[in-house]
Amino acid sequence: MGNLLNWLGVHQEMVYIVILMVFLGIEVIGRVPAVLHTPLMSGANAIHGVVIIGAIIVMGKAEDDNYVALALGFLAVVLGTLNVVGGFVVTDRMLEMFKKRK
Amino acid sequence: MGSNILTVIYVLASVTFILGLKLLSSPATARRGNLIAASGMILAILGTIFLYEDEGVRLHNHIWIFGGLLIGGVAGAVAARKVKMTAMPEMVSLFNGMGGACAALISIVEFNRLAHDPRGWVSFPPISALGDAASVLSQSAGELVIIFAGLIIGSISFAGSVIAWGKLNGRIKDYAFKGQHWVNLSLFGLILVVAGWVIVSMSAPPSIDPSELKSLVDWNVVLPRLGPDLVQMRILFYLVFAMAVVYGILFVLPIGGADMPVVISLLNSFTGVAAACGGFLYDNKAMLTGGILVGAAGTLLTILMCRAMNRSLKNVLVGSFGGGAVAGQGGQKEQGNYREISVSDAAMLMSYAHKVMIVPGYGLAVAQAQHVCHELEKLLTEKGVEVKYAIHPVAGRMPGHMNVLLAEADVSYDHLLELEQANEEFPTTDVVIVLGANDVVNPAAKNDPSSPIYGMPILDVELAKTCIVNKRSMKPGYAGIENELFFRPKTSMLFGDAKKALQELIAEIKNL
Repeated sequence: MGNLLNWLGVHQEMVYIVILMVFLGIEVIGRVPAVLHTPLMSGANAIHGVVIIGAIIVMGKAEDDNYVALALGFLAVVLGTLNVVGGFVVTDRMLEMFKKRK
Repeated sequence: MGSNILTVIYVLASVTFILGLKLLSSPATARRGNLIAASGMILAILGTIFLYEDEGVRLHNHIWIFGGLLIGGVAGAVAARKVKMTAMPEMVSLFNGMGGACAALISIVEFNRLAHDPRGWVSFPPISALGDAASVLSQSAGELVIIFAGLIIGSISFAGSVIAWGKLNGRIKDYAFKGQHWVNLSLFGLILVVAGWVIVSMSAPPSIDPSELKSLVDWNVVLPRLGPDLVQMRILFYLVFAMAVVYGILFVLPIGGADMPVVISLLNSFTGVAAACGGFLYDNKAMLTGGILVGAAGTLLTILMCRAMNRSLKNVLVGSFGGGAVAGQGGQKEQGNYREISVSDAAMLMSYAHKVMIVPGYGLAVAQAQHVCHELEKLLTEKGVEVKYAIHPVAGRMPGHMNVLLAEADVSYDHLLELEQANEEFPTTDVVIVLGANDVVNPAAKNDPSSPIYGMPILDVELAKTCIVNKRSMKPGYAGIENELFFRPKTSMLFGDAKKALQELIAEIKNL
């Protein structure tokens, strides 16, 4: 338990970010009209694709002879990119249709 | 220098994520918001590849990284471009699952790194300096918690999303067994217990007296006494991984198809939290901001969706919707008589009306009838009829799904009415045409407390002068509940596939 508290102390900056982001996320979404719920979910889906950064770091750190890390890291990069690219493209496709007709 | 630039890049990326979500909240700026967030993401990715350094060491394996980016990028873009608008919810679910899997994989690699290298988990200085081991160890306890959190949440999100995807496209059927709820709960408890056990044993201070160490110089003698059996720990780690995947499957399997949007939204926020775990691991603020932002926003969105259906999240997750018992109960009710209307009569009714309200549902989406529907709208407008669309928040398979589909067919955003607006306008409406919608216009939600959808706000189509319901047959809707609306005197039924019926209507109206 003490270990964990100590760790939280070291990372308190991050803990503050988490708390602030929770409130910010709720504030920002609170005003979204129902019509935009699907694009919004899709857009948020693309944004959590930021996990790709972790995959890139894993991949980039893997030693040349550590095949497990290389293979898993590579798979993670592919899946993460699918999430990011697919997510943003699908969202854009949905929103493209929301253009106001003149 | 490089790492300072990277810090700035991560700040910029975080800002674009927040700004992107904010702009996504208004129809006029939504597209820009999406593009801004995407550009922030590209910046963050490139920055990480070229500028990231850990204790002065840059990333390598660039060929592998770019190879992965290329494969994932091309596959993602092609899949996203090709998918039909009606299949959009399952596509989003699948992409969400990929993100979850990515987070789980990161945790697996990081755990292996810790479990492989004895200096990794004890952060070992030379043996002589072991006295401080306890304070060094405290770091690894937190790290282990984060690794397990990323693994468990990511795996649940991955397995659950794949099941949700399969359910939406009809490949996987609802499946529930007696006491499943308790099996799920105990499985989840077991996951936490095993994970907790591994964390505690791996972060426990070594069972060796520092004074004794000086006499031991051989690593092979010291290591076993320093900590737990790493092979055993790794087996338990993979056990947690497997159990989390099974839990994800069991968690989504019994939930009815009608509740899938809520589940996808929930899993979406799960993946956000899993991504944020990566932010903790690598001390990466962009991952943390993006992940938590989506985690919080996704949770709120989930609650908003539940509220639109007037159900609690607990009810969605625990209670089974549209189960056999409920459908049976509905079926026992007196059916009564319904009236059928011919295409020509319907055409007549609509062309001489002042105001027509279209209520689209999933049936319209399945029949791909949104374009024909828009044609009908144009035709009636030319004849001087005022045409509006009444959109229920949960029409289709995802909130806002119907808006996307109609927007695809070029229906103007101004003609779409939300629930409250539509209900205000129904009393002045001459003809309501319900296209493949059922539960969202079911009066049982208002006056039958025993109905599973009791309390859900509905579109009050009964307030209009007449109501034409287009359905393929008299079968109950998605939630499996009988609809009294069809037997009301003001209602008449127009049977047939939505697209075909609309085409016939258009032809008939042109002939008038």
